[in-house]
Amino acid sequence: MDDPLLIAGEAFSSRLIMGTGGAPSLDVLGRALAASGTELTTVAMRRVDPTAAGSVLELLKDRGIRVLPNTAGCFTAMEAVRVAKLAREALGTTWVKLEVIADERTLLPDPLELLTAAEQLVADDFTVLPYTNDDPVLARRLEQAGCAAVMPLGSPIGSGLGIRNPHNIELIIESAGVPVILDAGIGTASDAAIAMELGCAAVLLATSVTRARSPELMAEAMRLAVSGGRLAYLAGRVPRRKFALASSPPVE
Amino acid sequence: MEIVINGKPHEAVNGLSLAQAVALMTKAETGVAAAVNGDVIRRAVWEATPLSDGDEVEVLTAVQGG
Repeated sequence: MDDPLLIAGEAFSSRLIMGTGGAPSLDVLGRALAASGTELTTVAMRRVDPTAAGSVLELLKDRGIRVLPNTAGCFTAMEAVRVAKLAREALGTTWVKLEVIADERTLLPDPLELLTAAEQLVADDFTVLPYTNDDPVLARRLEQAGCAAVMPLGSPIGSGLGIRNPHNIELIIESAGVPVILDAGIGTASDAAIAMELGCAAVLLATSVTRARSPELMAEAMRLAVSGGRLAYLAGRVPRRKFALASSPPVE
Repeated sequence: MEIVINGKPHEAVNGLSLAQAVALMTKAETGVAAAVNGDVIRRAVWEATPLSDGDEVEVLTAVQGG
């Protein structure tokens, strides 16, 4: 595997982590997941619906995609820890995308509850991937707490506003010793490419694919954008210049 | 006795086990977790966990999200 994404010692060849929320049907979701090339995909934990037809778990199992449960909808560390434990029981994984939000309007992370939950879950041997604000200090504190990655937002969940503070994302990447995964806010392929060009280890997105006019096509666009952005990052961009630099030799 | 499963009251026989309560909601063999009064109960001990009057049972699974 060339240039694998490494999280907690596990290698992934795809640097695109998908979410499953927002897809109009399991069939559409399945085709989008296949087109995205993702190997790690988030699910939420909710009360069982005895009338539900089909299951996202079966879909992921059939396609050999590893499941990453989230704690979406939790407002306190206590709730998030409980949901993580339920997910561990239900899905047999110690990995969790830790989400502790402050309010419904912005869905922004509550930094204090997030850090508290992260500390408790790390102490309970979870592999914690926290969805966090684009705050370099909080990212550092989460890493120090033992998180396996940090996942700063580009902009609010589902907003499609892209990366509003690329400088902060760069600051987080510069000092992080764990993978930095851009999570939330991706609107279209160029946003994903920019995240990777900034040096993010991976991109996590859902809405921009699942609610696109053609989820399958957008999933392919995201796969290519993440790969392209990663290659550009590895290749090293040229410096920005104030004036022109001729690319043809001067006339004699 | 009366217990609450996923927010809805259920009339149940005395000594109903957590495994039986979960079976009322789903036949799935995997991908399901349960909590009683907020405490997560491991699947291995569902059979051996009797419920009491007023217990609140949560039965969860993975759905599309995130």
